[in-house]
Amino acid sequence: MKYLDEYRNPDIARRMLEEIRNVTTKPWVIMEICGGQTHSIIKNGIDRLLPKEIELVHGPGCPVCVTPLEQIDKALEIAGRKDVIFTSFGDMLRVPGSDKDLFMVKSQGGDVRVVYSPLDAVKIAQDNPDKQVVFFAVGFETTAPNNAMSVWQAHQQGVKNFSILVSHVLVPPAMEALLSSSQNRVQGYLAAGHVCTIMGWEEYEPIAERFKVPIVVTGFEPLDILEGILMTVKQLEAGRAEVENQYTRVVRREGNRPAQDLVAKVFQVSNRKWRGIGEIPASGFSLRPKFALHDAEQVFNVGDLKVDEPSECISGIVLQGLKKPYECPAFGKQCTPENPLGATMVSTEGACSAYYAYSRHDLPVDG
Amino acid sequence: MCLAIPGKVLEIYDEDGLKMGRIDYAGTVNKACLAYVPEIEPGQYTIVHAGFAISIIDEEEAQKTYEVWEELVQAAAEEGTDIFGMPLEKDSDTPKGGGKP
Ligand code: SF4
Repeated sequence: MKYLDEYRNPDIARRMLEEIRNVTTKPWVIMEICGGQTHSIIKNGIDRLLPKEIELVHGPGCPVCVTPLEQIDKALEIAGRKDVIFTSFGDMLRVPGSDKDLFMVKSQGGDVRVVYSPLDAVKIAQDNPDKQVVFFAVGFETTAPNNAMSVWQAHQQGVKNFSILVSHVLVPPAMEALLSSSQNRVQGYLAAGHVCTIMGWEEYEPIAERFKVPIVVTGFEPLDILEGILMTVKQLEAGRAEVENQYTRVVRREGNRPAQDLVAKVFQVSNRKWRGIGEIPASGFSLRPKFALHDAEQVFNVGDLKVDEPSECISGIVLQGLKKPYECPAFGKQCTPENPLGATMVSTEGACSAYYAYSRHDLPVDG
Repeated sequence: MCLAIPGKVLEIYDEDGLKMGRIDYAGTVNKACLAYVPEIEPGQYTIVHAGFAISIIDEEEAQKTYEVWEELVQAAAEEGTDIFGMPLEKDSDTPKGGGKP
């Protein structure tokens, strides 16, 4: 497949690893933000091929994993209603709420449907005028334009029975929150390539400068990730802290302007709770008041629901890169992908699930 | 969640006032919304996320990257060994897929 196979070439990977070895003289801690990158790193064993000085820690970049329990409970509450068709991306269905998940609602007779694009949900609403159709709008900046378009289309076409339950989060505020923490270990970031495809990287420049961390916008294939690591290590070794772009075939500095414009029309920045981390100021999106008709929290009056998270799962600490999944006492025992206790075990992009799938049950050889 | 895959635009059409396209992902054809890449044309490659094209792949940039990477491998081939100290195979200096895209 063009634009995929070229980025998996083992000869080039070997050379890049050699380059990384050549430039590394000190220990460094690098965080990949995005869960898609975590999955690729663990699947390809990249963390184990790196020189032992370089530790990769896995970031909070899995929207499924950071969607707070109360948003899941709101989804469950709405999906259980009789006149509702509840639509979602497939990976939200098994995320545990306080006492069940969307699959259980479905098996108890709820009309829960998986869609590939939020526009499909608008179509379902057009085809079912006597039902309320709700889409679970979860995601980072990458997904926000798609969800914004669904609301915009419903608004333009007068589809009044379509609403979205918003749980949108933004990456840069989370990066800053991690760097500001007294426990922070992160010295360099691989920034998420597809988030930057939409947003560009201008907003990362002040972060790199203020916290003196190199930030390299990185793609998702093994060679992309290796090159991103190489660029980050070169900066760290040289004492530089700049924003660089590895993913040049896809990402431009200004990002995707038409997408940014529609997002700004439909959403406004608001405080958001992150599962396992807590509330981060100005770290997400809510619908603008003009679109209240398409805001499921208002349509179904569930805005006030608040719940606390159970304590046995340490996914909040895992998501901040402070512990590895195998350090959780429940990992692989009470908590497995079949019976997940936390969202990081549900999504294939969650660190716990990636470690489980590729049998990382023990400490790595190099400690 | 932010998964996005490359595909080639086969055909462009309009649906409910939105620019849409039929996209070929290595043989599997599916539709995607092209509203965020308004200047895209059939034959170009794009990155698609959850039913939306979010960027046109820059072929020139992709080509530049391959060239840099090929040089890396060439340099190693001249040295004659890989990082594991193993002699490089003859054909490894023309990497699979590393040539003309
Ligand atoms: S292994 Fe399970 S319980 Fe432990 S942190 Fe991961 S998701 Fe939570």
